[in-house]
Amino acid sequence: MSQQTVESGPAATPAEPAPRKGKPALSEGKRAERRLGWLLCAPAAIVMLAVTGWPIIYSVWLSLQRYDLRFPDQREFVGLENYVAVLSDGYWWTAFGVTVLLTVVSVAIELVLGMLLALVMHRTLVGRGLVRTVSLIPYGIVTVVAAFSWFYAWNADTGYLADMFGAQAPLTEQIPSLLIIILAEVWKTTPFMALLLMAGLALVPDDLLKAASMDGATAWQRFTKVMLPVMKPAILVALLFRTLDAFRIFDNIFVLTKGANDTSSVSMITYNNLIKGLNLGIGSTMSVLIFIAVAIIAFIFVKLFGASAPGSDQEGRR
Amino acid sequence: MAVIGGSTTGRKARWTFVDIAVVAYALIPVLWTMSLSFKTAEAQTDKNFFPSEWTFDNYKAIFTTDQFVRALVNSIGIALIATLIAVVLGTMAAYAIARLDFPGKQALVGVSLLIAMFPQVSLVSPLFEMERQLGLFDTWPGLILPYITFALPLAIYTLSAFFREIPWELEKAAKMDGATPAQAFRRVIAPLAAPGVFTTAILVFIFCWNDFLFAISLTSTEASRTVPAALAFFTGASQFEAPVGSISAAAVVITIPIIVFVLFFQRRIVAGLTSGAVKG
Repeated sequence: MSQQTVESGPAATPAEPAPRKGKPALSEGKRAERRLGWLLCAPAAIVMLAVTGWPIIYSVWLSLQRYDLRFPDQREFVGLENYVAVLSDGYWWTAFGVTVLLTVVSVAIELVLGMLLALVMHRTLVGRGLVRTVSLIPYGIVTVVAAFSWFYAWNADTGYLADMFGAQAPLTEQIPSLLIIILAEVWKTTPFMALLLMAGLALVPDDLLKAASMDGATAWQRFTKVMLPVMKPAILVALLFRTLDAFRIFDNIFVLTKGANDTSSVSMITYNNLIKGLNLGIGSTMSVLIFIAVAIIAFIFVKLFGASAPGSDQEGRR
Repeated sequence: MAVIGGSTTGRKARWTFVDIAVVAYALIPVLWTMSLSFKTAEAQTDKNFFPSEWTFDNYKAIFTTDQFVRALVNSIGIALIATLIAVVLGTMAAYAIARLDFPGKQALVGVSLLIAMFPQVSLVSPLFEMERQLGLFDTWPGLILPYITFALPLAIYTLSAFFREIPWELEKAAKMDGATPAQAFRRVIAPLAAPGVFTTAILVFIFCWNDFLFAISLTSTEASRTVPAALAFFTGASQFEAPVGSISAAAVVITIPIIVFVLFFQRRIVAGLTSGAVKG
């Protein structure tokens, strides 16, 4: 074997410089493969860039203008004036605070509940199919439909829950409203979290758990010392997806409170400025700010992921 | 768990209890909406979980109004077209990502991941203005385009995970046995790829069916308003009557397809969701 390699060495050298010289020297097959690859990806790439890339640039441009559709004559370039206006506005910061609060609290609860649900789906002895099927319902159901269900459950006129808890009109006060919004979010998205975590659970080798339990590890130790480390990538992926998703919360708030009593999220006030207020300049400014906030969150997560980030192909497939 | 070991029936009983808790968790809000939709107008404020008297009036009411029927047609049409296009484009791209080697592949995967995390509200302002100028505002294509865009990352991720699992050597083997490339594709590869494509189609459909933000921002009339958006604009029989019954009935109607998908394709949906997000 080694004999052959040594011998074929010198013979192969003359051929080597050709491919090294550059891309043009690719074999016919390689080039055809590239062309086919580009051709197949082009439509998807073009659509995605056309509907997201260009509008984002356009919204940066709009955010630098005074542009209110009710007074189109007054449209003019105002530099960073809109940013100053938004960032020095109490409403924006209240909405920002509400959004961060909702995101942190609901994602934290979802992580705990989702882990419990994942364990149930993974380990239950009875009706595993049933549990999995049923927990997909909150995931699949239209968010607005679920939101209306919670709205009528807590509404003072119709609600069985409001009645049961003796609450007068919880959706007209800030703190109860926020709690109900969190309840609606958690109900809807915990199953999704659980499914992602379940995929992580499936990666935990059974032998390892058995070995740990032989060595006298308690259930809790097995969970924290064996399962959690193996599941870390899955947990981070689930957290990333859910955090970014929670940060754009809109549907539940729109139905439950319409943003009254300081319960607006950043998406909600952007919508109000844009569609209700028809103020494209301010609306776009908020859009850009939300985009930046999301980029920062994503950046922090990617730092946490390190090499196991989704998209870094090698590690992801492990 | 090994501590109590011995009695399997005891453990089974405990798991059954846990299962019931999960089922109740998932179903109570759904049952509540159904209950409201079957309550009579007078009973809607009685605050009981179950209707004392059942009626189909709410369903009759929504199906006789243009408002709901138009919205349902819009929802179905827009979601189906967007799903079809997204799955076709996604299949092409995912095939290339899974099987071919070409520069720019990582970039495409990265871009789709970015779009998956994109705050949709950031697109609402520019799309609102652009669609007004292009005449796409309040039309089917005006919603289909953003739906395709946000469905594509989902489709590409899920499909490329599925395609990586396909034993592509079978194609070569079939050709060796004398099959033409078309036959090899139709008889060997298509049946293997179909489940993945189908799963992706369900996930994409659920996504389009669910959307609310684009639906209320980029539409203004019945011409293209989908059901979730229409729900927010429902009005009661009179100005002073809350449309509880009609909203609940409409909510139940648009939940039916989801329940059907979940009941029949539970295994596939779970596989699709997890393979797309965690390439395990």
